Amino acid sequence: MGNDHIVRSYDEELNRLTGLLARMGGLVEAELAGAIEAVSSRDAELATRTVRSDARVDELEREIGEQVVRVMALRQPVASDLRLVLGSLRIAGDLERSADYAKNVAKRAVALSQLPVLRPVHAIPRMGAVVREMLKDVLDAFAARDVAKAVAVWNRDEELDEMHGSLFRELVTYMMEDPRNITGSTHLLFIAKNIERIGDHATNIAETIHYLVKGVPLAGERPKGDGTSFSTVGAEGAQ
Amino acid sequence: MDINQLESAGPVSSMGTAIATGNPFPVKIECRDVKVFYGAKQALKSVDIDIRENQVTAFIGPSGCGKSTFLRCLNRMNDTVASARVSGSIKIGGDDIYDPRIDVVQLRARVGMVFQKPNPFPKSIYENIIYGPRIHGIAKSKADFDIIVERSLRGAGLWDEVKDRLNESGTGLSGGQQQRLCIARAIAVSPEVILMDEPCSALDPIATAHVESLIDELRANFTIVIVTHNMQQAARVSQRTAFFHLGTLVEEDDTAAIFTNPRDERTQGYITGRYG
Repeated sequence: MGNDHIVRSYDEELNRLTGLLARMGGLVEAELAGAIEAVSSRDAELATRTVRSDARVDELEREIGEQVVRVMALRQPVASDLRLVLGSLRIAGDLERSADYAKNVAKRAVALSQLPVLRPVHAIPRMGAVVREMLKDVLDAFAARDVAKAVAVWNRDEELDEMHGSLFRELVTYMMEDPRNITGSTHLLFIAKNIERIGDHATNIAETIHYLVKGVPLAGERPKGDGTSFSTVGAEGAQ
Repeated sequence: MDINQLESAGPVSSMGTAIATGNPFPVKIECRDVKVFYGAKQALKSVDIDIRENQVTAFIGPSGCGKSTFLRCLNRMNDTVASARVSGSIKIGGDDIYDPRIDVVQLRARVGMVFQKPNPFPKSIYENIIYGPRIHGIAKSKADFDIIVERSLRGAGLWDEVKDRLNESGTGLSGGQQQRLCIARAIAVSPEVILMDEPCSALDPIATAHVESLIDELRANFTIVIVTHNMQQAARVSQRTAFFHLGTLVEEDDTAAIFTNPRDERTQGYITGRYG
């Protein structure tokens, strides 16, 4: 990839594209950090600011889409350039969805701040730390076209899935113990699910990086650590 | 990237994969260890390639890379260059075309050629078409010639445009029509292979689109090899693409693979416009 194009303006257009993605990635990281912090510090004002910041992410996604269309129309990119341009579009999509999940976490932080503190909320910053690191690493991997780093993120999703599964079981038990926990616990469940989904988008981005660098899809089945879709908490727990 | 360093990497041949993936098109032209020298200068370094029947194979590469030199080996056009020497083996339909017993005139009836600049004879459209069939003795009667003229012009997508003025000069047609006339002239002798050396580089985009559409239709009946400087054209019209660089066949693969994920850095550098 390292080499420059003969036509310098082509490089400038591709650089503009990756620059927009870097900015978008930074904004999504900040939005996610704000959302998690708002949950753990019960800060409704931070949560509201975070929700509002999502509009800029959407705007950047549109800008990236326009830049992709422009490069496709004017340059007809092929091979590694084509994979970069298409990969950028996909990454922008994954980032936009991640930001939406972060926004949803922030919205629920507002609701949670008005409810009594629930013990399992401590799991959220732990999950948050993992997903923030995944997002940061995958964005660094994109900037450096570092496939090994991208694959490491891809493998790390299992850890996040396990944390989500464990929190799920904890919250179900918690709700069984006292129905007054149900509102808060439900919000926490959705928050955990949103964070877990951001992890999935980070793995999508890792797959895209693999493809745009190597030209072939990342092979093999990703390890799954989340069994919540099949989990039940036994009726004996309620007795 | 350091081209000199990569030079030693040698060609990446996909013939193995073509067989492995079960390429359904039989091999029409089998080339082994083909080398071309102009005097002491080696213009082509040991090319091995299988060109498949009813497929369009595009040769791409920067000027002086050997692609036209190699194309001209396929109908022994290099025989006309006094200093040129060709070694290795080229078989078309199983026949070694460099066998001394091969009649070169007959060979060129089997392997037609279309050039960069449309070059109709300064004769009528009708005469342009029947020239080849007449010298090759393919037809004798006026009725047979009439059939060949109509079939060839229809095959080249030109019939409707010229059927009412077959006795007018071929040089009076537009550039795109002249090129299609040359294609009609090439197919008039029912060749097996058509070689095209930059057939659209003198044409405007609309005329180019007509010729490209024609090439796509012609592959049902012919094996086509096209040399082009226009990479997008190679991408549009061919099923297989071969990239040449500094006299070496660097890589040959399905066109879609070449333009999405070429295996060789040199191919990547060339098609993405990083060096030429």
